[in-house]
Amino acid sequence: MSKVEFNKETGPREVFCGLTSIVWLHRRMPDAFFLVVGSRTCAHLIQSAAGVMIFAEPRFGTAILEEKDLAGLADAHEELDRVINDLIARRPEIKTLFLVGSCPSEVIKLDLATVADKLNKRFLGQVRFVNYSGSGIETTFTQGEDGALKALIPLMDSSDEEKLLLVGTLANNVEDRFKKIFRNLGISNIESFPPRQSTELPKIGKNTKVLLTQPYLSDTVRDLKHRGCEIISAPFPLGIEGSTKWFLAAAKAFKISELKVHEIISPLINRSKLALESHKEILKGKRLFLLPESQLEISLARFLHNECEMDLIEVGTPYLNKDLMKEEINLLPDNTKIVEGQHVEKQLDRVRESNPDLVVCGMGLANPLEAEGISTKWSIEMVFSPIHGIDQAADLAGLFSKPLKRNQILTSKTLVTH
Amino acid sequence: MELTLWTYEGPPHVGAMRIASSMKDIHYVLHAPQGDTYADLLFTMIERRGQRPPVTYTTFQARDLGGDTAELVKKNIKEAVERFKPKTLLVGESCTAELIQDQPGALAKGMGFDMPIVNLELPAYSKKENWGASETFYQLTRTLLKEKVSSSDKINPLRWRELGRRPKVNILGPSLLGFRCRDDVIEIQRILSEQGIDTNVVAPLGASPDDIERLIDAEINICLYQEIAEASCEWLKRNFGMEYTNTIPIGIKNTIEFINEVHEKLDLPLTNKEELENKSKLPWYSKSVDSNYLTGKRVFIFGDGTHAIAAAKIAKEELGFEVVGLGTYSREMARQVRATAKDLNVEALITNNYLEVEDAMKKAAPELVLGTQMERHSAKRLGIPCSVISTPMHVQDVPARYSPQMGWEGANVIFDDWVHPLMMGLEEHLIDMFKHDFEFVDGHQSHLGHTATNTNNILNSDEKKEKNSKEGIIWTESGRAELTKVPFFVRGKVKTNTEKYAILRGIPEISDETLYDAKAYFS
Repeated sequence: MSKVEFNKETGPREVFCGLTSIVWLHRRMPDAFFLVVGSRTCAHLIQSAAGVMIFAEPRFGTAILEEKDLAGLADAHEELDRVINDLIARRPEIKTLFLVGSCPSEVIKLDLATVADKLNKRFLGQVRFVNYSGSGIETTFTQGEDGALKALIPLMDSSDEEKLLLVGTLANNVEDRFKKIFRNLGISNIESFPPRQSTELPKIGKNTKVLLTQPYLSDTVRDLKHRGCEIISAPFPLGIEGSTKWFLAAAKAFKISELKVHEIISPLINRSKLALESHKEILKGKRLFLLPESQLEISLARFLHNECEMDLIEVGTPYLNKDLMKEEINLLPDNTKIVEGQHVEKQLDRVRESNPDLVVCGMGLANPLEAEGISTKWSIEMVFSPIHGIDQAADLAGLFSKPLKRNQILTSKTLVTH
Repeated sequence: MELTLWTYEGPPHVGAMRIASSMKDIHYVLHAPQGDTYADLLFTMIERRGQRPPVTYTTFQARDLGGDTAELVKKNIKEAVERFKPKTLLVGESCTAELIQDQPGALAKGMGFDMPIVNLELPAYSKKENWGASETFYQLTRTLLKEKVSSSDKINPLRWRELGRRPKVNILGPSLLGFRCRDDVIEIQRILSEQGIDTNVVAPLGASPDDIERLIDAEINICLYQEIAEASCEWLKRNFGMEYTNTIPIGIKNTIEFINEVHEKLDLPLTNKEELENKSKLPWYSKSVDSNYLTGKRVFIFGDGTHAIAAAKIAKEELGFEVVGLGTYSREMARQVRATAKDLNVEALITNNYLEVEDAMKKAAPELVLGTQMERHSAKRLGIPCSVISTPMHVQDVPARYSPQMGWEGANVIFDDWVHPLMMGLEEHLIDMFKHDFEFVDGHQSHLGHTATNTNNILNSDEKKEKNSKEGIIWTESGRAELTKVPFFVRGKVKTNTEKYAILRGIPEISDETLYDAKAYFS
């Protein structure tokens, strides 16, 4: 392991909670509905984080707790029953209903697992109920997906069939590209988790080789291991380096030669390197500060340093699983400063003191930093854009070069007007 | 428990944040878990603010719950006070903290600070954003002025004369995330100044705690948005005898009435009465022959209480529209909205459920919708032009240009904003008419997107449903053909009326003639 500096920080934070992951999960599984059992704050959070108004009836909603629900838990259960009955009557096409716990439902100890059990019996063969918590007292942002996937594992049948299982939500087009490349490598049995239909869960067992596409799935990985799955140790498929090592690790697990991998992905690497050049020109030597939010920060830092030649000032992450991240950490330059957790005020002090060229941060902080003359990139865009894989490396770099390029345009005087 | 897919208002602590962020030298310590920090983006992204909201979130986690969350609150309060040095501290809790009952306000008061501390108790499970904003502004005003209550005589609104100066008023209610507040304030100050009236304090927008303490230097209060300022105005009236205005100066008539009301309250003679009618272009634009086509346009209105009521009045009295629907999500203003609706012979819709609003919109078959951003989406789905008149805020509702809703310029803005979508409606009709001409280039995309250009599909799918309806009415070939010739923006209404007529007369099949019979019957 390279000599990386680990720090922990506690204090006031500026991050989303796990409920936010519903924004991409509900799009991944169009036959599922996500029902948050929470407060008006939860409802307002999801609609604000989604950033757009709803163009049709959405496949997520909030059962908002009211005063009378807090008075007695028995009544709350009854009320939840009523809301769910109404919802299922209104949306008969829903195949899986996720009951999502929130801060208030966790604090009043609303037992959503028992509720889900009962409903599973009642709606057997019609709708499946799954429960997990996306509460901000337990989860940050992408950890919501970890919770949702973990909750699906008990529903997955066992099979000893050999397969490659890609775990973590990917953009559909990226997923298709990956599958094509794996097929070209000679791996034919490939499935994804989460699947595109909530009812088409992959079967898993001792010959399932799990390849993670996202770094924030600690709990899911643990439960997949318990089911006998083999976890392929690899960096994450962000950038050319990460993706190459990711493909190589998968190939190794399937006893496919390195030579074969290089043969297939070399043309991809070559054209991607070419595409990366113009972004590298802008990013090279620029100093980067990553604030914690998505848990993608370490992989992004590795890509932006190793392939775009940026200098790393500080790499924040809301949570660090050193075991899961060891391949990534090994690729980081010496003396990289990783900070787990956050004290947002102290961290912003460090941002100002270090005078970075670019800060990766949440939407609440971006404009205030811009107003101070510090260029930013909002982290939420990383979870909404197709950034994975060799073919997307230039697009990923583009997310970071664009704000800097824009700054150059706006501050330079190139037009001579008379 | 209430199933909510989308909500017009946030929780009450977001209302408190609107007050805190609108003001200077204030800090708000909010006992809340990390996810609640999402609310910052409302200010930094939607309002494009270059400053973070002055809020510290205590960020308690599940593992803190077994331990001492009260200590965590105190630690955060101490750090926030040292770092931000506020002149007044707001302390409160969001929905989750309300359940663990740490009493952060009481804790803060026990910490020995010199500055005033406002303890905000905003019940998250029964109240909403506007209520929270109103309550926060009220508690802040009360905290900062309560010591002056006994020592002050009642304020005589005519005292400016004895003092030998121009009359002074406060403008209360404008806040961040309020609809066009930034520009309304400028417009109203300009109007008052023209009348020889000075503005003492604008609050909460741009005010500091010192300014709140100066509120009583003015003679009267202008209550610009009842949702936010009425409770404070009422308290100032009760304790200092300060009168406040009731007229919201949106539209020409209300602006003139507002000016009259201010003058009456101050006993200031109004010298330029005749000029007032000509201050805005709206009256003439509305009178000009070009506007004849606006007569009787069916308009559906939904928004916050203040803007919905004002819109109804302008629509009916100043533009000659017919109001076919009126509603609000502001339960606090339900009574006033109901009264206005009654005057207009429509039933008021009081709801927080946008799907109910969409249903009502569909039934009312309007030609124009005045609503929130959500109604803009609903109207788009239904192929109806729409103009946005109210919060909740969207980045489009914070335009770069000066764009008030109040006063003379506000009336100009309203004329343009409401009439242009209608003109686009006409354009739509022309596209519909000319699309079979050989000169017509395919791809003349309408502003309504695919919905509008596919009106025939909508008609067909509607009809399929209609055939299965319990009335069992059948549209014959000729009836359907005739219906497609009706301009799309009144087609819904013609269809409903014809069916109504058919039921009334017991006609089982609607032909082209039935359409004309119904037309004559209802005209």
